[in-house]
Parts: sequence; C-alpha cells; structure tokens
Amino acid sequence: MAPSAPSINSTMSSRMATARPSSYRHKSEKRGMTYNIMLVGQAGLGRRTFLNTLCERAVIASPDAPNPETANVADPMKFDTYEVAMEEEGTRISLTVIDTPGFGDGLDNTSCFKQLQDYIEAQFDEVLVEESRVKRNRRYRDHRIHVLVYFIAPTGHSLRELDIELIRRLGEYVNIIPVIGRADSFTVEELDAFRANVMRDIVYYKLPVYNFCWDETDSEALVENREIMDHIPFSVVTCDEVFDNEYGSVRIRRYPWGTIEIDDEAQCDFALLRYILLNSHIADLINYTEDMLYENYRTKKLEVGGYGENDEEEDDDEEDQALGAAKKQE
Amino acid sequence: MSAPANDSQDYVGFDTITQQMERKFLKRGFNFNVILVGESGMGKSTLVNSIFSSHLVDSQGRRTAQEVIRKTTEISPVTQTLEENGVRVRLTIIDTPGFGDQCNNEGCWVPVIKYIKDQHAAYLERELKPQRDRVINDTRVHACLYFLNPGSRGLRPLDVEVLKRLTEVTNVIPVIAKSDSMTVEERTVFKRRIKEELVFHRIAVYPYPSEEDGEEDRLLNSSIRDLVPFAVVGSEEIIDVNGTPVRGRRHGWGVINIFDETHSDFVHLRNFMLRTHLSDLIEVTSQRHYEQFRTSQLRQIKELRAQQAAAAASGGIMASMPQQAPPQVPAIHQSMA
Repeated sequence: MAPSAPSINSTMSSRMATARPSSYRHKSEKRGMTYNIMLVGQAGLGRRTFLNTLCERAVIASPDAPNPETANVADPMKFDTYEVAMEEEGTRISLTVIDTPGFGDGLDNTSCFKQLQDYIEAQFDEVLVEESRVKRNRRYRDHRIHVLVYFIAPTGHSLRELDIELIRRLGEYVNIIPVIGRADSFTVEELDAFRANVMRDIVYYKLPVYNFCWDETDSEALVENREIMDHIPFSVVTCDEVFDNEYGSVRIRRYPWGTIEIDDEAQCDFALLRYILLNSHIADLINYTEDMLYENYRTKKLEVGGYGENDEEEDDDEEDQALGAAKKQE
Repeated sequence: MSAPANDSQDYVGFDTITQQMERKFLKRGFNFNVILVGESGMGKSTLVNSIFSSHLVDSQGRRTAQEVIRKTTEISPVTQTLEENGVRVRLTIIDTPGFGDQCNNEGCWVPVIKYIKDQHAAYLERELKPQRDRVINDTRVHACLYFLNPGSRGLRPLDVEVLKRLTEVTNVIPVIAKSDSMTVEERTVFKRRIKEELVFHRIAVYPYPSEEDGEEDRLLNSSIRDLVPFAVVGSEEIIDVNGTPVRGRRHGWGVINIFDETHSDFVHLRNFMLRTHLSDLIEVTSQRHYEQFRTSQLRQIKELRAQQAAAAASGGIMASMPQQAPPQVPAIHQSMA
C-alpha cells in the first residue's frame, strides 16, 4: 500500500531504487534503526492525521468529542509517545513519534518553548550519562529527537511570533523541518507566495531550520538536496479516508468541488516529505543529530563543568576518569 | 408616492408613512459599522470585501520580513460611502490587526472591547448634551464578525474568553472564513460542536430570540441559527470557468464558486447580514446593547451624585451637580474600562 517513490529528477529516482547503504552507521538487522520524530504545532493543523498517514495506520485514534466544559481550559502541553515498528524498502525502523498536544493552544504560550527545550535536553543528558558509564548498557535505547516536524498555519501572510520563537529557540538542539499544515486551503499561487514569504522570514530572522545541504562532501546528494530545499516549507495535506479504485488504495479528501489525492506530488508535498523522513534522509538526520547537535551540546555542558545528575553507583574516581577521557578526545 | 389607489372619502392615507419614511431615509442615508475580530490570516479582509462586492479594506497581515510584528491589538477603522439605487450607506469597517497573534494573548481583547464601549459612550455623551444634534452620527458597532479557526475541534480558550465579553456589548456573528479546507462532514461536526459549546458557556450570538417575532421571523431566525457558524469562502477574484465568469477560487483539484450554496454559506451570510437583518442589526444595537450600556452608566452617575451630595452635606462643599453630568460620562467610562 506504500505509495511509490516520488520522482524529483533522475538521480534521485535511481538512488531510491536501491536500499541506500549508510556509510556512517551500522544497522543491526535484528533490532532495526532507532529513529525518533517529534511533531509540534497548534491544534487543528493536522498533526494527528499526519502521523496516521505517515505510518499508514491509525496510530492515534480519532479523539472522542470533547466536553463543552473543557473548551476554555487549555490543557498544558503534553508529550505523547507512540512506538511504531516500520519497514521501509527493506529497512526496519523502530520509530518513536512524540506528539505535543497543547502547544500554542492556550492564552499564554510562552512557557511551551522551555518545556520543549527541557524535554530535548533531557534526552541528550541521558545519553551523556550513559556514554560515560564504565559499564555501558548494551541494550540502551537512544531517545534523542532526530527530527522535529513543525506545523505552520496557512495564514497566507508570514511567520507568526510563535513560529519564529520556536524555531529560534530549538534549532540548536534538533533538526527542524517546517511544514504547512492544512495546505489545501491554498491555491497554487497562494502557496508559492506563502512559501516565499516564509523563506524570506527564515533568512531575515536567521532561523535555524534543518539545512539539507549540511554535508558538502557528497556532491551528488547536494544537487538533489538543493532541489528539496526549494520545497521548504513542505505543503502537507493529510486525511484518514482511504478509497479503493482500480489502481489500488488512494488517500483522498473529498470536497463538493473536487477531490484531492494526498499522494499526488503535484497537489502537495506529503509524498516527498514522507520519503525524506522515512527513507532517503534518515541517515542524514540521525547523523547530524549525533555528530553535530549532540556534540555541540555535550561540549557546552562539559565546559560548564560536570554534567547533570551523578549516578549514585559511580564513585568520584570514575567520574574523574570519565571527564579526563572526555577532555582527551577534544 | 403617487395618489392612493382607494379614492373613497373614508380612505385616511396614513399608510403612506412608509413612503414618507423612505424619502427621508434616502435623503439622509444611514451608518453601518462592522468590526472584524480574529487572528491574522483567517480571511477577514477578503470576506468583508466579498460581502460588499468592493475592495473596502486591505489585508493588514505582515507580508514582508522587514515589517515589525505587532505586539498589541490595533484598531483601524475605514469608512466609505456606498450607494445602491439611491440609498447611501456610510460603511465603517473596523479591523483589529494584532488580535490573537502573539505568543501570549492574555488581554488581547481589551482594545476591542474598549473601542466598542467608547462608541456607546460617545453616543451617550451627545445624547445627554443640553443642545444636541438633530441626528447623532452613529458610530456604534452594529455587528461583529468573529472568525473561528477551521480545523480546531471546537472553541479555543481564546475564543471563549473573547466571545463572552464581545456578546455583552455587540451583536456577534461567528464565521469560518477559510472553510475550503474542510470537507462537508468536518463542517457539520464542527458546527454542531461549536453550537454545543456556545450553549454551555451561555454565549448568546446574534440573532437573539424575541417574543415580538412573528411566525415567519421565528422560522427565518431559527434557520439562520442552524447555520451558525457560517462556513464561508471569500474571494475578490473573478475566474473563468468554461467561459463563465465566477467569483471564486481555483484549486488544483477543483474550482470553488463562492455563490454556490453547496460550496459555502456565503450567500446565506450575505443575505442574512444585508438583505433580511440589516435594519434589525442596527435596531438591536440601539435597543439592547446601547440601552444596557446607558442604563449602567446613568446608574453610576446617579450613585456618584448621591455620594457627592453626601460628601457636600457632611463637608460643606458646594458641589454644582447638574452642569457636571455630561462631561463626567467619559470619565466614568474610563474607570470602567
């Protein structure tokens, strides 16, 4: 039922045809790759259906009708974790998706950014502690967020204060990929204009969104990555309805004036985004998180002097050894 | 206007008052003031321009990176005179750029409520003047279009806070302006939920049920209440659909005609606001919202006078009460805001 790989240009299609070996990581075939995606965005932009459409199954069930009483009470932001075992073109992925309902939905949302930052840093801290154990846990599971998909509202203007603050604050801790939720409210011209406005804001405010072209050594990939970056922010339309026609199952949204096919690349970027997130760029996203974002964090933390909570089992000698070893590596 | 049909001597002829009133009305014209409340990007300007079939307001959204992001809600009224078949309307559209656009939206409704109350206060002040104008220029807000966010599952916390306050001072009409990203089922579910939540929070949107309504009015009002919130699509563009010019939007998967009732509630909203309930909106503003404001203001003045009289009696200060009343109206209102 997985849609076929989208074709951007010939080099991209040929790369997609073969399972892409990663020169950086050793994949354990038994366990599958550990991969963590976080979804952030206000209510009503399609996070829940995005997750379900991404995983091709109802990971989050449609919520029950909310009580009228709770309409004016903003739930504080939560972190809901969903674990999905996926297989994409021969690769097994142990995917964890963290949804963040409540972000930006209250009257005063200024505390949301700190909560997100704390959450992401906590995952880094866990790894920091784990790495410096004398006896490491072989079955340790990495919870670092490898990519944050951020949903922008389709206003037609430019970025809002909430959007700018989020990307600005979290860009140094996580790869942020901005997407336009409910992109079916735009005509083609409006979408192009909105994309241009958002990109202008990203440049003007120097917002740290994920740079697909960070690895300049791979020139072949650079060409496709530049093409991919033209689509930022990705237009996303998602739905829960699946329709069977002569070609198989298609995901559609039906309006009185026409029907949109989610997987049609001419109508939205969902198929491309899905391919990027679950196939072509997993290695890049994971590598950038581990080699750059985490390392920067680690350096900052160790320079400040001492990291997080000490494990009670460790005695002072072990801690000194670990710090000494860390310093030698630099 | 011409001679009455009935020539008999028993015909009195007072039925021509409607024509006499029409003549007066045509000469004088009337004011109609609408305030638009909603976050930027909800389609406020496009909708109001579509309703009145002319480009009345420009979108105030930020489109360039250099423009500063607004930190507060601004009030920007724009007045234009429109004419149709000899009838002139001085139409004022009040936009509220910055509303709901910040990370922290606490109190973003204060400038809006203050503006609406200020208009009531200004009218009251002119009414209370010893020498008052024959016709007071009516700047009171007759209708508020409140823009809901499509895709949300119901009212948001901000919506509840603002609607509670808005419905106390003006006629509120909730709309979903960019409803073309909702399927018909999603719209139905959303409308039902909104109605439930409005009832639960005791938020009274316009039209209000009234005992004076005849059977016909009751039916009309109830069919309008069924549609609330109006799921509309606005457009200032005329596009070509197989040779026919259509006011609508062209998506990659179909063309929306805003006048098509199966596509959106636009026609119903326009008819409701302008063809059936226009004079009612103005009248209800005067008889319900303005009267409430006036009553509470005059009561406060009375209490203040009583206090000052008591102070004068005990302190021996000669307070000259009557002359002070009119200037005090805005002063009291300020402390109320």
